[in-house]
Amino acid sequence: MSHFVRRQRYLIDFTVASLARRKGKNLGLLGVYTLIVFLLASVMLFTQALRQEAGLLLENAPEVVVQRMVAGRHDLIPADYLERMGRIRGVAAQYGRLWGYFYDPAVQANYTLLVPRDRDINNGEMIVGHGIARTRGLGTGDFISFRASSGTTFSFRVAEVLAADAELVSADLLLVNEADFRAFFGIAEGLYTDLALEVRNPQEVRKVAEKLTVLLPDTRPILREEILRTYDALFQWRQGIVFVLLAGSLLAFVIFAWDKASGLSAEERREIGILKAIGWETADVIRMKFWEGALVSLGAFLLGYLAAYIHVFFFDAALFAPVLKGWAVLYPQFRPQPFIDGLQVATLFFFTVFPYTVATVVPIWRAATTDPDAVMR
Amino acid sequence: MPAPSAIARPHCPARAGNLPLLLLAAGLLLFAASLLDAAWRGNDSALAGSRALVGELGLTDLALFTEARYTRHLSQADRHTAFQDHPLALDHFPSGSLVPPPARLRQP
Repeated sequence: MSHFVRRQRYLIDFTVASLARRKGKNLGLLGVYTLIVFLLASVMLFTQALRQEAGLLLENAPEVVVQRMVAGRHDLIPADYLERMGRIRGVAAQYGRLWGYFYDPAVQANYTLLVPRDRDINNGEMIVGHGIARTRGLGTGDFISFRASSGTTFSFRVAEVLAADAELVSADLLLVNEADFRAFFGIAEGLYTDLALEVRNPQEVRKVAEKLTVLLPDTRPILREEILRTYDALFQWRQGIVFVLLAGSLLAFVIFAWDKASGLSAEERREIGILKAIGWETADVIRMKFWEGALVSLGAFLLGYLAAYIHVFFFDAALFAPVLKGWAVLYPQFRPQPFIDGLQVATLFFFTVFPYTVATVVPIWRAATTDPDAVMR
Repeated sequence: MPAPSAIARPHCPARAGNLPLLLLAAGLLLFAASLLDAAWRGNDSALAGSRALVGELGLTDLALFTEARYTRHLSQADRHTAFQDHPLALDHFPSGSLVPPPARLRQP
């Protein structure tokens, strides 16, 4: 065993010395290789973290949301639908939700106004999301004025700012009480934005949704599992799009690496010839080249992956965030939690380390099996 | 016959592989540390506040794309309706073009 290890150590020593003879070329290759792994790993880690986070957060979303559709568009829903819905067996609770959008021309951003169910907010007061507080420079006790749909100006006192660590779900939220909401948007009593319901048995959710569409044909139920699926698909899709955008540089690298790894230079051919002439076995030459490929690709993988990990989980994926998060004035500031999918990392490892190592070994095997004299000529 | 010590040894850097192997080992250790860090920090306790808020307010979407109503509340938007804002209004927000089509359209 120790003989085997010693032998590999000598081969590695020789390989490193050989790589050092073409220092510039090999360091350049390592740099480009590392950059490619860094780009791929960053996208992968960031989207995986966001996907996992979205799934965990939205597990607490309403089980079923019922929207009324008029002429193919989401419309206000009358409160008496609540009573009609209650007759469906399996529905444990139902309530109306009031929420809407407000475009603030001062910062050219959309806010989401929402009426909380279990939070008491005084008239003329509001609770603001941390993103709005940051953008508008608001703090508790400050006043903010908005022009309502009727043309009158409403002035609200900021009663509280929502926690900064919940910005991913609440950056653009403005919480007001029901009376203020209805007065601000001019929504009459007895109308809601949509309805939410809880189903006693989670296995019956689909059945309840089916019954809903029969009982209330002008409504559209949105299930929690559909919400979760939407976000899962969204991040997969975005990851795919970024990968497509990266495909050009990826292909360029593949051509470069393939050319470097598989096309033997005259100098390398001569080196193999000399090694064989002084008594190296074909297997030793192949082993030496295997170590060359493995050292370069493993080094690039580790460097690229670690740089991506630091980039995503310590610097909030500063390079990719604009593409993956979207484009908005009110941008949530959040640090993704490090969730890692072992299979994804293994896939990245396989597709970055394995092809290069193989590409280095195959042409060497061809050169090393030929006669040293012919190779050196 | 010259003494063995008199034979000129070709120049070969002693243990040239030591430094790269040490660096690789350090890289592997850091890789393992990143997995441990993810296992340590990557749990839902850090998200407890946000999760509670989602449950309390009945939130349905992440505030990631606040530029338009159909990107702010992706799961609530009538995404299958063409021309969301007015007839012939093409989607002009980059997020909108990065949102996947409905699942049924992507099924073979």
